[in-house]
Amino acid sequence: MLSVEEVIHIERLARLKLTDKEREMYRSQLNDVLNYAAKLDEIDTSNVPPMYHILPVTNVLREDIPQNNFSLEDALSNAPLKEGGFFVIPPILGGEE
Amino acid sequence: MEYEVNIGIEIHAELLTKSKVFCSCPVQFGAPPNTLTCPVCLGLPGALPVLNKKAVEYAILTALALNCKINRNAIFHRKNYFYPDLPKNYQISQYDTPIGIQGYLEIETSSGRKRIRIRRVHLEEDTGKLIHSGGRITGSDMSFVDFNRSGVPLLEIVSEPDISSPEEAKEYLTNIRDILVFLGVCDGKMEEGSMRCEANVSIRPKGSERLGTKTELKNINSFRAVERALQYEIERQIDIVSKGREIIQETRHWDEKNEKTISMRSKEEAHDYRYFPEPDLVPLEIDDGWIEKIRAQIPELPEEKYERYKKLGLTPYEAKLLAHDLEMSTFFDETIKLYNNPKNIANWLLVDVTKELKDRNKAINQTLLTPRMLVELLTLIDEEKISGRIAKDILPELIDKGISPRKVIEERNLLQITDTSELSSVIEQVLKENANVVEEYKKGKEKSFMFLVGQVMRLTKGKANPKLVNELLRKALG
Ligand SMILES: [Zn+2]
Repeated sequence: MLSVEEVIHIERLARLKLTDKEREMYRSQLNDVLNYAAKLDEIDTSNVPPMYHILPVTNVLREDIPQNNFSLEDALSNAPLKEGGFFVIPPILGGEE
Repeated sequence: MEYEVNIGIEIHAELLTKSKVFCSCPVQFGAPPNTLTCPVCLGLPGALPVLNKKAVEYAILTALALNCKINRNAIFHRKNYFYPDLPKNYQISQYDTPIGIQGYLEIETSSGRKRIRIRRVHLEEDTGKLIHSGGRITGSDMSFVDFNRSGVPLLEIVSEPDISSPEEAKEYLTNIRDILVFLGVCDGKMEEGSMRCEANVSIRPKGSERLGTKTELKNINSFRAVERALQYEIERQIDIVSKGREIIQETRHWDEKNEKTISMRSKEEAHDYRYFPEPDLVPLEIDDGWIEKIRAQIPELPEEKYERYKKLGLTPYEAKLLAHDLEMSTFFDETIKLYNNPKNIANWLLVDVTKELKDRNKAINQTLLTPRMLVELLTLIDEEKISGRIAKDILPELIDKGISPRKVIEERNLLQITDTSELSSVIEQVLKENANVVEEYKKGKEKSFMFLVGQVMRLTKGKANPKLVNELLRKALG
């Protein structure tokens, strides 16, 4: 069972602030998800190379040719706040980088 | 107690590609905010990154130049964290399969050559830029975000903690910078942020096996700052340990103005980036053919140039100055093909030409001087058509106007006077006007002779052939 401390850790990483009741609910739900995925542990994969991608394709690359067809208006169109071409955001608190 | 110092350096270098690493947005400095963006580098939902081939090749090129092994199967990972300059809330980076691993770089230290191991060279994307209205992170009212830099290809180069002093750190850093510049993959300008550096530092009692607790230094924005920040931090740690206290593992910020490192608020949460393979990008498969094609593109690097220049007869000092300057060494190499006196060329480039360039704050390739013009100038001196003095005088015209030296001396009538009768009459005049000096000379004052030579040079505006003047003057004085 996922510990309360582990839920708090995930909560912080996700920038959430849960009540004790919510925390218990998520603890149980997350636990169900983990248990479901844990079924994979039953299979012996020691001789199976890790699969990084579902497609058997490698080296999809583009040439280094610049193109600029997205306007500043497009870029800022969903911004709740903008000024002088910038996105304006609330001040940053906390030292997380 | 004596301490040993262990420094590891992490460098981020912006690659000089024309477009970003996962989208076609142009890479360029100084554009108005958010004009070089698209759904990919703004992190809009559903946008699909496609890897820039050139960025991969620059990464392989650099890894090879730093003696790394290349990971044949390199993939990208998502590094998850929240920060407003990171629009997707994850950075596409590399985790356990960086493009290059286990390389090294040799540097010159006070106790001889030393090998600094390079742990990894990997490709990732840069973040956007934040501007705080109050100029400081805390206490400002609003922040402004510009995503022009978001998605610019970044190369991360991480060393092992093999560096033992601030001087070595600076040497390592400048060597890496020079290699990046010679490879043409980064402009290496720390002050402009196109090359950034972080360092981790620890100390331990001399002879101790285990590394001490390290601190991480950030905000080091110049080559000078690297040395000073490390010096400060080492002294701070020695002071703490010698008082019997313990070093706290933390990130410290170099405060350039006050010349000290300050603790950034220690994080409650340890880094937990939850790396996982980037599902939007397919794996890279780097085969021998591709690697060898790129290896063949590695140009002669500063270290090899240095050795070659010493063999040409330059002093180690001259060789180092030239070899580590891309523009100068290119010019030098072109010039020695045309004129077989490398020492003479080096001397002119490092003294007279360098002085003119400093006055103009320009690199040699930003002037109109060409190898051919310099050779013409040196040949004119060799043929005794002009003196070294005159050559120095006309150098600015070559640099600024690109006029051939021959033309300058013809137009300004600066050709050396080698005509005996013409010089003799000047000498006669000088002797007549300076009878008292001649008297002193005859009494044995050798200095007077130089004065008389000077007078002849003055009257001929420096054009007299000095050797001939000497000869004729001795004769005239009997
Ligand atoms: Zn873009």
